[in-house]
Amino acid sequence: MEIKKLEAFASQVRRDILRQVHKVNSGHPGGSLGCTEFFTVLYQEVMVRKEGFDMDGIGEDLFFLSNGHISPVFYSVLARSGYFPVEELSTFRLINSRLQGHPTTHEGLPGVRVASGSLGQGMSVALGAAQAKKLNKDPQIVYTLHGDGELQEGQNWEAIMYAAGKKVDNLISTVDRNHQQIDGSTDDVLPMGNLVEKFKAFGWDVLEIENGNDLKQVIDGLKEAKSRTGKGKPVCIIMNTEMGHGVDFMMGSHKWHGVAPNDEQLEKALAQNPETLGDF
Amino acid sequence: MKKYTDTGKKDTRSGFGAGLTELGRKNPNVVALCADLVGSLKMQDFIDENPERFFQVGIAEANMIGIAAGLTIGGKIPFAGTFANFATGRVYDQIRQSVAYSDKNVKICASHSGVTLGEDGATHQILEDIGLMKMLPGMTVINTCDYNQTKAATLAIAEHEGPVYLRFGRPKVANFTPEEQKFEIGKAVHLLKGSDVTIIATGHLVWEAIQAAEKLEEQGISCDVINIHTIKPLDEEAILKSVKKTGCVVTAEEHNYLGGLGESVARVLVKNHPAPQEFVATQDTFGESGTPGQLMEKYGLNAEAIIKASEKVLGRK
Repeated sequence: MEIKKLEAFASQVRRDILRQVHKVNSGHPGGSLGCTEFFTVLYQEVMVRKEGFDMDGIGEDLFFLSNGHISPVFYSVLARSGYFPVEELSTFRLINSRLQGHPTTHEGLPGVRVASGSLGQGMSVALGAAQAKKLNKDPQIVYTLHGDGELQEGQNWEAIMYAAGKKVDNLISTVDRNHQQIDGSTDDVLPMGNLVEKFKAFGWDVLEIENGNDLKQVIDGLKEAKSRTGKGKPVCIIMNTEMGHGVDFMMGSHKWHGVAPNDEQLEKALAQNPETLGDF
Repeated sequence: MKKYTDTGKKDTRSGFGAGLTELGRKNPNVVALCADLVGSLKMQDFIDENPERFFQVGIAEANMIGIAAGLTIGGKIPFAGTFANFATGRVYDQIRQSVAYSDKNVKICASHSGVTLGEDGATHQILEDIGLMKMLPGMTVINTCDYNQTKAATLAIAEHEGPVYLRFGRPKVANFTPEEQKFEIGKAVHLLKGSDVTIIATGHLVWEAIQAAEKLEEQGISCDVINIHTIKPLDEEAILKSVKKTGCVVTAEEHNYLGGLGESVARVLVKNHPAPQEFVATQDTFGESGTPGQLMEKYGLNAEAIIKASEKVLGRK
């Protein structure tokens, strides 16, 4: 897809994120806005996807969102990639909705393959799915996304050690390196040191996306990562992003991690992200 | 009175191992995982025959549960084995979110449950796992009584779509159920017919219940003995039918009385047919080091304890 089209898609996704969380005065806009380019490129440009949805996903790439709280961006991109009707975004976090606060398979929402929200579990699940693909002689790839703060959960490091030790080389795990978490900057809460070197030390092939809010860089990074699969090592992308990207008063702060904009703030935010594909 | 014969003492974990080996031969979708306890779980035969279908995860149970959940995506039927303590309490949230809430077809296979793990002591002896697992929506909870039943249960759960907690143990115990048996999940096994008191037992306490019933028979007390291998879903019909006949019940399990089989039975009775009940179970305590026999005696988990509880409950009718 042309960059212009991807830009338009991303702009609409940002509107969807803002409008979803505003409607119920609840949800996590900050991380969602920061990962908009990643989801846009992954679903619109990179992943090999079949028509429709089945849980086993044989013959197609799979994606697991480990930091489930950025469900608004996940839901928007799933809907706009054809997994369920776009209008359903208006049910986000409402009673009887398939769009739960955090993603789940329990309500049968197409596109979701595991529940996430309690942090640190996604990579393990992805490893199982990746190994099932190998058993099934399925050449497609498994993708994951993790928050940087999420890596404070110890289970990740069990999975990181396993992935390299067992040569799970059909896995691409991306870390959303926005340096923010609920209580403040990751450096203030619990410094996590040099993530590139940490993944390398565990035996991963690591690459960095300097600006994860630049569509071109995300495309290049994900394609480069894909080219490195199948070579005996799991692949990690440390993707530097800005929390709240695309809305000037939300950018670069942890304060919008889990806070919805009010009416006035929504209007300001939407004015910075034009409607391109029709609001839900 | 029907007689049950011990055909030779065997450990229930070896029943699991034998069942898994058989599954490896007949179901290509069955895969197995272990967290550095292959010998204890008796998984070596499966591994030898199906090396590509076995995943050694190391000492990392949380990762093992997640990997097991992921393996179901692509149609595999994962059997994840470790000690009961590490298979439940240590990884409760992983089971809750990645397996139960995500409706994944994972079989959690837990050996060394209860105090009969023995000398390792309370750090390794879990007495809370039935409670933890039965509270999870959609989780099937099975606690088998001997080698033959454990093997049959292992085969049966592969055919069942949905998460299962299969609980078994370490010590060699009487093997008395039929070698070729059909294991029906959720269906109680009526072992002895009697009219004075119902004894409902699970796991290692089932053989003890039979021993107790034989001694009580000599005293002129007739026992209706039920082997409840599936604690969830519970065979309410079998429980009610028996207790309506006898008017009182003793439950027996190698588990805390809080959250175990006894409480599940009590709930059924309170709702449908209130009756006096006595609980043969641990009394909200941790275990300790000792031989399995010593521990069963000290914590009141043997035939003698069932006899005492039966006499007591008869006095409350």
